[in-house]
Amino acid sequence: MKPFNIYIIGVGGQGIGLLSQALLRGIDHAGINAIAVDTHGLAQRGGIVVSQIRCGDPVHSPLILKNNADLVLGMEIHEALRGASLALKKGGALVFLDVSWQPLPVRLGQSPEITREDVIRACGAVRAIPIRVETGTLSDTRMQNMALLGAVSKHGLIPGVDKAHFDAALEDLLSGDMLKKNRAVFDTWFEEGE
Amino acid sequence: MKKTGELLMGKDPFEEILMGNEAVVRAMIETGTKVAASYPGSPTPEMAAAILSIPEDQRPFYFEFSVNEKTATEVAFGAALNGNLSCAFFKSVGLNVALDSFVQLSLMNITGGMVVVLGDDPGANSSQNEQDNRNIYKMSRVAVLEPASPKEAYEYYKHAAALAVKEQTIVVLRLTTHVCHARQKIRFSAYENSVPARTNFNQANGPYIALTAMALDMKRKSVQKLKRAGQYIKQTGLNKEITSKNSRKKGIITSGLTFLSVLDVLELSSYQPDILKLGAVNPLEENIILSFLNSHEEVLILEELDDILELQIKALAYDHGMKTKLKGKTEDEDFVGEYTPDKTMDKLAALWPDMVTQYPLPPALPFPVPQRPAQMCPGCGHRSAFFAIKKALEKEDVTVADIGCHTLGYMPPYEMGEILLCMGASTGMASGLSLFNDKKRVVAFLGDSTFFHAGLPGLINTIFNRHNITLILMENGTTAMTGHQDHAGSVIPVENLLKGLGIESILSCDTYNQSKLTELVKTSLGIKGISVVIAKHPCMLKFTRQKRKQPGFIRTHVDIDPQLCNQTHDCVERFGCPTFIRKPGGSVSTHPDLCIGDGSCRQTCPEKAVVFGKEAK
Repeated sequence: MKPFNIYIIGVGGQGIGLLSQALLRGIDHAGINAIAVDTHGLAQRGGIVVSQIRCGDPVHSPLILKNNADLVLGMEIHEALRGASLALKKGGALVFLDVSWQPLPVRLGQSPEITREDVIRACGAVRAIPIRVETGTLSDTRMQNMALLGAVSKHGLIPGVDKAHFDAALEDLLSGDMLKKNRAVFDTWFEEGE
Repeated sequence: MKKTGELLMGKDPFEEILMGNEAVVRAMIETGTKVAASYPGSPTPEMAAAILSIPEDQRPFYFEFSVNEKTATEVAFGAALNGNLSCAFFKSVGLNVALDSFVQLSLMNITGGMVVVLGDDPGANSSQNEQDNRNIYKMSRVAVLEPASPKEAYEYYKHAAALAVKEQTIVVLRLTTHVCHARQKIRFSAYENSVPARTNFNQANGPYIALTAMALDMKRKSVQKLKRAGQYIKQTGLNKEITSKNSRKKGIITSGLTFLSVLDVLELSSYQPDILKLGAVNPLEENIILSFLNSHEEVLILEELDDILELQIKALAYDHGMKTKLKGKTEDEDFVGEYTPDKTMDKLAALWPDMVTQYPLPPALPFPVPQRPAQMCPGCGHRSAFFAIKKALEKEDVTVADIGCHTLGYMPPYEMGEILLCMGASTGMASGLSLFNDKKRVVAFLGDSTFFHAGLPGLINTIFNRHNITLILMENGTTAMTGHQDHAGSVIPVENLLKGLGIESILSCDTYNQSKLTELVKTSLGIKGISVVIAKHPCMLKFTRQKRKQPGFIRTHVDIDPQLCNQTHDCVERFGCPTFIRKPGGSVSTHPDLCIGDGSCRQTCPEKAVVFGKEAK
């Protein structure tokens, strides 16, 4: 498989770690070479968190060249737009959770809030496909990451990786009740998500 | 999949996706490392997390969080003198703290061998600078191995351990942030039963006292040792040449993650220079470098941060009368930031424009995306503290920060803690600022973990020299910033220690009691000499996580009662919890995903419009 780059961006506390690991392991279960990297640092303190996955051959560094991601996953509206601006490739795809965690300048009234229309417009400018994921019905918002994974799987956005591979990845990472709950969300958004 | 601890302890060979930091822990187990000590700091704290994932009774080595990096180094050194292979690990700037002991280590005959794993942070992702510790290794005369990936981190630790044991010396494994935090599939080897713990220190293995003339003899030996390390590096083939069919007589010498950046850029290039990848960055293997220079017309030395390799290689080429054109750093920016594939591409394109195929970037967005600075978590006790302390201060008062979550107090809307150097520096700086200063009162902040780490000497100096400052000790009971590691405060209560130092004015309250805290700070500011206010509240991130795991946990949150809200915006603008959402038109609501229902915000609303969820109409 030729190189395929995935750029995931969100806010500390949104569960980007599990999402990134599930994607990486899913890709590995599909027999595809992959390397990934997370940014940690001040991630827990409501700052930006980024995870990058590079798969296929040949890939070397886990870091993706600017605007060279085939797939951008935005876990929050402002960050989805930032991801589109920094990472999205012409003709790529952007899947984003339609949730807003207002950054400080917005809360202080210094900067306008970004809307889903802004994100969709940014995708249009680079002829990328925007896929909006709605999670309003989800009771535990800490599992929004699984809704995003469900959408990625439903739309077959990573070549050569299908649902069974992600199922196996979740089994690797979770167990018991946590596995059951996360999988239920993953399955729901795989089957019925918008 | 097995749990991390179980996985790491497996005796048989296995293949698994692990993070660089975790892979190093497996190498510690395989090599029979017997003692490990650390102080938490990014990018290496996941090494400690991986160690702690092995139940203590099954752990094949002793591990401790030491009180600081210097002590960690000393503990590992002491254990190694007993004949145990030992390891100290910490972050880049931790080496500054450890330095007084660290520079001595190459003089010593470390019978068990010692590996120091150091995480440099190019790009200053989570550090106060991006210092290049290779400068220090040269001065300290230690061998340094530098992996480019998690797989190499695992392999190179084993090399470092073997070399340390063979030469009874210290070897550094130099990691950088994105090597520590990268994940890839690695094939791990089997290992034998764990090695026995040893206690056979013998002075005859020394000398271990480097005084006067002895220090010079010991230095002579360390020069010899480093030469022998060079031979080991040569024999093990850690430095490798990667040749290409169409190099056009051009070459690149590089190391670490920059090597992988180069490979990615060369995939997009019209021709591919040969590469000399250095796995050992100190001492340099002169022969392989000279032979590489000899077989190329033009060679670029590509290294992030400082020009350590470049200066040495240029000197080497000069000594050997080489005619090869040598290129290195030319711009100020070449010394700044991580050599990501992007930065590497720009550098290569500037030098060899015919080689790199740069692709067109899409147009920039017509409007900016608002910045998202890190901030204190919902419910954080420090937020209540800053909100309350601000009320006690005059505009001209000076506030001095220290390292920790409370450093984020410099952000709006609090804007407190105007100066920051490093761990434990606040009381010293504040003391200096207080000299000749009768008008502006000086306040120092200090976290509890930092207090034990490096805060004590500064505070004792303040007492000893009778400086006039107010210290606000921000006590949250943990090392929060790096992931909630324990610290000495669990055994030595902060207040007892302060009393023991003879400080007369020690006031204390929970930060959620904001009006009381304001009063205590006002009182404390009126006292001549050193006075301390302990502003305490448990780290709510840690507390909430623990609470969530308890059976019957019910999530709560606050709401804004629209009947009472008068849009004074104290909650969103002055208290500034990320839970508060500003809606178009100026009304405020709360974010149910973020709010933890602590209610510390309720006292900040003059209209009493912030109410607990169930109370809302």
